[in-house]
Amino acid sequence: MSAPVLSVRNLRTHFFTRAGVVKAVDGVSFDLSAGEIMGLVGESGSGKTVTGFSLLGLIDEPGRIVEGSIKLNGVELTSLPDAELRARRGKDISMIFQDPIATLNPMLTIGQQMKLAIDAHERLGKRAAEARAAELLTQVGIPSAVARLRSYPHEFSGGMRQRVAIAIALLHRPAVIVADEPTTALDVSIQAQILFQMRDLANETGTALIWISHDLAVVSSLAKKLAVMYAGRIVEQGPTAALLRDPRHPYTAGLIASLPAMATPGTPLVQIPGTTPSLLSLPTGCPFAPRCELATSDCNTEPEITFVGDRGWRCFHPVSHARELTT
Amino acid sequence: MLGFIIQRILQAVGVMIVMSVIVFFGVYAIGNPIDIVIPPEATVEIREEAIQRLGLDRPLYEQYLIFVSNLLRGDLGRSFVYNIPVLELIGGRLPATLELVLISVVSATVIGVTLGIYAGYRPDSWIAKTIMAVSVLGFSVPSFWVGLILILTFAVNLGWLPAGGRGDTVQIAGLDWSFPTIDGLSHIVLPAVNLALFKLAMMIRLARAGTREIMLTDTIKFARAAGLSEGTILRRHLLKLISIPIITVFGLELGSTLAFAVVTETIFSWPGVGKLIIDSIAVLDRPVMVAYLILVAFLFVTINFVIDLVFALIDPRVRRGMSA
Repeated sequence: MSAPVLSVRNLRTHFFTRAGVVKAVDGVSFDLSAGEIMGLVGESGSGKTVTGFSLLGLIDEPGRIVEGSIKLNGVELTSLPDAELRARRGKDISMIFQDPIATLNPMLTIGQQMKLAIDAHERLGKRAAEARAAELLTQVGIPSAVARLRSYPHEFSGGMRQRVAIAIALLHRPAVIVADEPTTALDVSIQAQILFQMRDLANETGTALIWISHDLAVVSSLAKKLAVMYAGRIVEQGPTAALLRDPRHPYTAGLIASLPAMATPGTPLVQIPGTTPSLLSLPTGCPFAPRCELATSDCNTEPEITFVGDRGWRCFHPVSHARELTT
Repeated sequence: MLGFIIQRILQAVGVMIVMSVIVFFGVYAIGNPIDIVIPPEATVEIREEAIQRLGLDRPLYEQYLIFVSNLLRGDLGRSFVYNIPVLELIGGRLPATLELVLISVVSATVIGVTLGIYAGYRPDSWIAKTIMAVSVLGFSVPSFWVGLILILTFAVNLGWLPAGGRGDTVQIAGLDWSFPTIDGLSHIVLPAVNLALFKLAMMIRLARAGTREIMLTDTIKFARAAGLSEGTILRRHLLKLISIPIITVFGLELGSTLAFAVVTETIFSWPGVGKLIIDSIAVLDRPVMVAYLILVAFLFVTINFVIDLVFALIDPRVRRGMSA
């Protein structure tokens, strides 16, 4: 495998709130090669989105990256001054958000917004900028792109708006795009279209993609590898196929077992017992232990990540077969 | 768009008609001006003659119709007290109010929005906290008191600025203006500051609230993720997104201040229209009161109309609502 374009090591992003320190991201490590798609899966509040924002250096007060390293094309991002970080955002790494209605500015035309994103990194003439913008709109599947540059966001459907957002993210051919649940707010049919279009674009342009989602089913059809997050940690990571077939972490196993596709028709869906712990008062040791059937006294200390080949998990008692948990 | 404009103009005409009825009959109900116009020792003949000359002997609806038909010909009647055309009377006073109010409302908006955006952008800095403290003062300290303190400080104790009057004026388009002369400007400063303080406080609060809200939205996060600099984000994204409530309040403040800058005009003996209306109410100068209130209604209708057009200009969603 070629050298990774993005290499994250032991990333910790904490929020220093009045109620205490929220360890939203607490030890995340992964590598991403050019053109690779990685799914980042977890429940709400597991730290997926904060991980994404950390990569772009967009953590708002009172949060801050307290530890760890993010190397993009070999450059350490965590120690870069703000101005240089800004110069890389949108150019080398960009991000797409969940709700396309909220991301675009309703009072500026698509063309104006794309021009702003171009101007942030390049001096292009008006004509050249328009041509670039239209080219990208065409690429993401927006018909009569030149005319559409004069349209406002409200004149587009949700799916079309998300395509515009994707086009803006692709403007400078970044090495990495963080896609934060970009299809969650869309119709299922549009979801599939955008999903596969993103996959093709990643293939064509060599852009690596981090696909953040709470929906294991959606991600697994797209991503070559998966990372499962729980309470700010990646609890299991590895190639998608192997991870789905043979999950090691009990949480991953539980997630897979609870997929509707796994259920026998007519029987209730399998659930993981309990709820996600508050990040303000995590149990000592393995944060999943209180919900885990396999937990023992060992689990009162936190397991480090164990790597076997290209797979890794944080568990003292890895399951060897998913079916064991599905009762 | 044209349909929208026509519709709004018709609405405006409707408002004006209703206003003229309310004002005319309302003012009529206040009292009989004849007792003030005619000296008490006047004979019955003189009294009858005056009543007839002023048209006060006719039925009320007839008086109203005469008033309206005169109004449509641009004749707002003659002042009972000054015995000159009302329009001339108001026209002579209007520039004073206009320049004072425009200077104070515009500068309050520009400065207030700038400070407010800063306070919303860096809410935890001590500068932001100072700005907010000033805005609380601006809200809570009564305007007449601030006016007196300003005079006491800058006119009486320091002697830097004049305490009242308009100073030197220049004739432009047949009207007297103070702002083009240095002396005139120095006379404007204190009353303008006095008028601006409350509006400044309000603009700070509006801009700060808008900024705090908008800066947390995905629109701003997405712009940052695309690598836009903070300056560009504030200028190109934020300013437009917070502009709607600010423009609304700007229009309302402009209208109400033009009409009712009475307190400040009185304190600084500024010969504007606010003082005129108070004086004419005191002596029941009916034509002046009616004309003034009609003009104020017209002013508000016009300002609201212009603001609607400005909304359409800056917000494409409003434009769409208009053509629909």
